[in-house]
Amino acid sequence: MQEINHTGSRTTRLLGAAVIIGLVALVFLGWFVAPEDDDQQDAVRMIFVHVPSAIWTYIAFVTTAIGSVMWLVRRSVWWDTVAAASAEIGVLFCGLTLFTGSVWGRPTWNTYWDWGDVRLVTTLILFLMMIGYLSVRSLGGPESATATRAAIVGVMAAAILPIINRSVEWWENNTLHQKSSLTDGNLEDMTLFTLVVGLIVWGLFFWWAVLHRFRIAWLEREIRSTDLDRALVERRAEGDPGATPQEERV
Amino acid sequence: MGQLSAVADSVFDVSIIRLQAAVALIGRFPALAGIDLDVGEGEVVLVQGPNGAGKSTLLRLCAGLMRLESGEGTVLSHDLATERPAIRRSVGLLGHDTALYDDLTVRENLDFWAKASRVDASAVTPAMERLGVADRLHDVPVALLSAGQRRRVALAAVVVRRPRLWLLDEPHAGLDPSGRDLVDQLVVDAAAAGATVLLSSHEVDRTLELATRRITVAGGTITGDVTDAR
Amino acid sequence: MLADIRLVAAKDLRIEWRSRVTLSQVVPFALLVLVLFGFALDANRPVLDAATSGLYWVTVLFVGLMSVQRATAIETTDGARRALLLAGVEPAAVFLGKALAVALQLLFVEVVLVGGVIVLFDASIESLPLLAATCVVASVGIAAAGTLLGALVAGVRARETVLPILLLPVLAPVLIGATRAFDDALGTVAVDGWAWLGLLAGFGAINTVLGALAYGVLLEET
Repeated sequence: MQEINHTGSRTTRLLGAAVIIGLVALVFLGWFVAPEDDDQQDAVRMIFVHVPSAIWTYIAFVTTAIGSVMWLVRRSVWWDTVAAASAEIGVLFCGLTLFTGSVWGRPTWNTYWDWGDVRLVTTLILFLMMIGYLSVRSLGGPESATATRAAIVGVMAAAILPIINRSVEWWENNTLHQKSSLTDGNLEDMTLFTLVVGLIVWGLFFWWAVLHRFRIAWLEREIRSTDLDRALVERRAEGDPGATPQEERV
Repeated sequence: MGQLSAVADSVFDVSIIRLQAAVALIGRFPALAGIDLDVGEGEVVLVQGPNGAGKSTLLRLCAGLMRLESGEGTVLSHDLATERPAIRRSVGLLGHDTALYDDLTVRENLDFWAKASRVDASAVTPAMERLGVADRLHDVPVALLSAGQRRRVALAAVVVRRPRLWLLDEPHAGLDPSGRDLVDQLVVDAAAAGATVLLSSHEVDRTLELATRRITVAGGTITGDVTDAR
Repeated sequence: MLADIRLVAAKDLRIEWRSRVTLSQVVPFALLVLVLFGFALDANRPVLDAATSGLYWVTVLFVGLMSVQRATAIETTDGARRALLLAGVEPAAVFLGKALAVALQLLFVEVVLVGGVIVLFDASIESLPLLAATCVVASVGIAAAGTLLGALVAGVRARETVLPILLLPVLAPVLIGATRAFDDALGTVAVDGWAWLGLLAGFGAINTVLGALAYGVLLEET
């Protein structure tokens, strides 16, 4: 069997390089070039992390949902692995979104958490559901059973999320808590440009991370299937006289 | 038995179970590592082998409860890969667990399982009487029964279904002598009625009398297959 | 199909009745939670008034968790799930039957709890139809989501700790919606409870459909 001790490839190295360059550019643009906001001053620069990570969180979530469906309907192992990898990286991005949202909130509204921000609250619930998804994935048992369980959770989360969003929205309106979302309002050209750059850079990072995670999971799968061949040989050897008895009632 | 009639018998035998290179996993462990088996209608097959050999898994596979990892198989003319629900409806499996609800009485349990299996409820009382759980016991919650009595109730649940294929996993275990005799009688009656029986047992002497065929399972494969000339 | 649903629901309810868990353990627990809330909020009238709906539904959520865990545990004893597969009952019917049983038990506790908040928190019912409808619709949603997720984690170690992690975020809209609807029904806040009821109904419908579709896959594979 081929010796594989890393999951790198030309693609990931190119991506990695692009991410590093992009991040440097983003920091430069975000910190020095983009203008201050009249009210929020420097705090608004959070937007270049917070918004892209939020968008990519949702893309990760949708990817997991699609992967879940593909597993349930087509038994596609590839899609199942994509769903798992996407969920893990997505949770990281989600945490980043919540963290930057909270940090941004402090200087802006003098509070770490704003129940009035519909998107933030919905993202928090999404975060919890994705943690639930990962918990299910880490439960033991046969691989296909784990995949099926996780896939159902993924589909359920996707189906429920619109309702969650709607309920939080109505809730905010009813409690007169209405605060405009952080990205409303006019954006100056430079800010908009930097935002787009941020979107791209964080996207590249997301892609890079998912690629690596996917490959690790894929390799793990392959190890398990070669294990199976070996296990079959061992199992049959038990049929020889003088074999040791097993514990499990089989 | 003359040669000609033996040939005629094999040609017209309905294949109840046919497995080819069947591999079945429990988690990642290959409980069955390549089974080739052909069982015809009316056979009474004793499945022997050491603990952990794969006997229970083989029975569960034939009941349509397990997925084939690789290989092929048909049970009662239904494909094991695609038609498992159809297989399940036509078999009766007595496993190590009893599938009885502790808080319900014997009768309530059997009524439930009969209705769930689409069997007429009138079959319940005769089954209970047959298994000796009718008189004092039928109103007792299952939790209060002894292990042997529970086993009898589980057997009754199988009897009620009148399956074409009986899969009995150590049916004698946990039963008193009269219970074991009862099991033997049930097997004989089932075979006489045209059903096929696979039973695993460590009580070789007893079952040798009943069985028309003995297979030995070890290491997830079949290592011995003896058909008694009768 | 309908007969199977009735069969499974009746079986679950009969088991429940026989073991009296709801009566002897769950209802006292629920009332106890209400009492604890009373202590915690210092029996402060205005605060209790404003919080009654929320406290009520938080309590119901916890009761729901217990009911679902119990319903799942019934089938994991001694190979019953496998036997259900063998019997050939439609998995969707098993799901609907079990969910129905859970919903009915929940409703029972909810009625007792309404009595509890009337007595302990001095609540008054302004709109009985809305109150009753909210209880029914919310119970359906909780039961459906709970039965599905309960079956999902069944047969795995550490089942007890994973189920709340999965179920509670999913039930967030029920908490939000039912609380607001109760606010309207109890006359504590001026909101449109019936609109919220629509949202709850949507939640219930989605989870019922999802559960009916997914239960079969779960029974087969896990």
